[in-house]
Amino acid sequence: MERQTKVTAEDGKQDIIITREFDLPLELLFKAYEEPEIVEQWMGTKVLKMENKKHGSYQFETTDAKGNVVFQANGAIHEFSPNRKITRTFEMGNTPFGVQLEVYEFEKLTDDTSKLKMHVIYESIAQRDQVLKMPFVQGINWAHNRLQEIVSKLK
Amino acid sequence: MNLRRDVFQAIADPTRRAILLLLATQSLTAGAIASNFDTARPTVSKHLQILTECELLEQEQNGREIYYHINAQGMKEVADFLEPFRKMWDDRFKKIEAIMKNYKPKK
Repeated sequence: MERQTKVTAEDGKQDIIITREFDLPLELLFKAYEEPEIVEQWMGTKVLKMENKKHGSYQFETTDAKGNVVFQANGAIHEFSPNRKITRTFEMGNTPFGVQLEVYEFEKLTDDTSKLKMHVIYESIAQRDQVLKMPFVQGINWAHNRLQEIVSKLK
Repeated sequence: MNLRRDVFQAIADPTRRAILLLLATQSLTAGAIASNFDTARPTVSKHLQILTECELLEQEQNGREIYYHINAQGMKEVADFLEPFRKMWDDRFKKIEAIMKNYKPKK
């Protein structure tokens, strides 16, 4: 069965809720968030630091082939309850997006399926909308560049 | 009036989408636009009218000619801007599922 990712972002609010059901037992789903080597694989970034405990912190970094840092993110962990809940802050370096508060709730559905609910709270409505639009704007830019490439070949 | 729904209806039509694509990089007159389609000129005019009413296109008077060009702001508002965000997360979740299905405990 195709599992659907649902994003709820109500107008005029500064938070979003992302939910997804997984074809995975709860323990395996949680492990994907717990083990740095696994986080590296699905986030596509290096995990420099990950202290999974109250008052712990984490740090992600991605560098390109030349060693330039292209992505940097970090945050503080406020709650780490195995197979149940993670509460942390998330801040992307060198961006105007500010700090967001993330609450992850993990839930067992059956022995083989589980559910994740991500609640993300931003500093303001404007900031939330900016973050939401980012992949869209990147997509537009990409499509625009692609179109220009095609058009320039026609000339 | 539900303008948003009208806009979605506007871009649901393949000819209107082709017109938008044609105008992506240039301004053209109604005649020039129509010459790109096999459809009758009045039909193309009707499409242009709908796209203009939905604020996807703007008209610009240049001498005796009226040129049509894309209203970038209108286009941005139309597209479902949430979908790429949702897809980004869905791709990550799919990866988690794939990785964890092959996961073997180290011990």
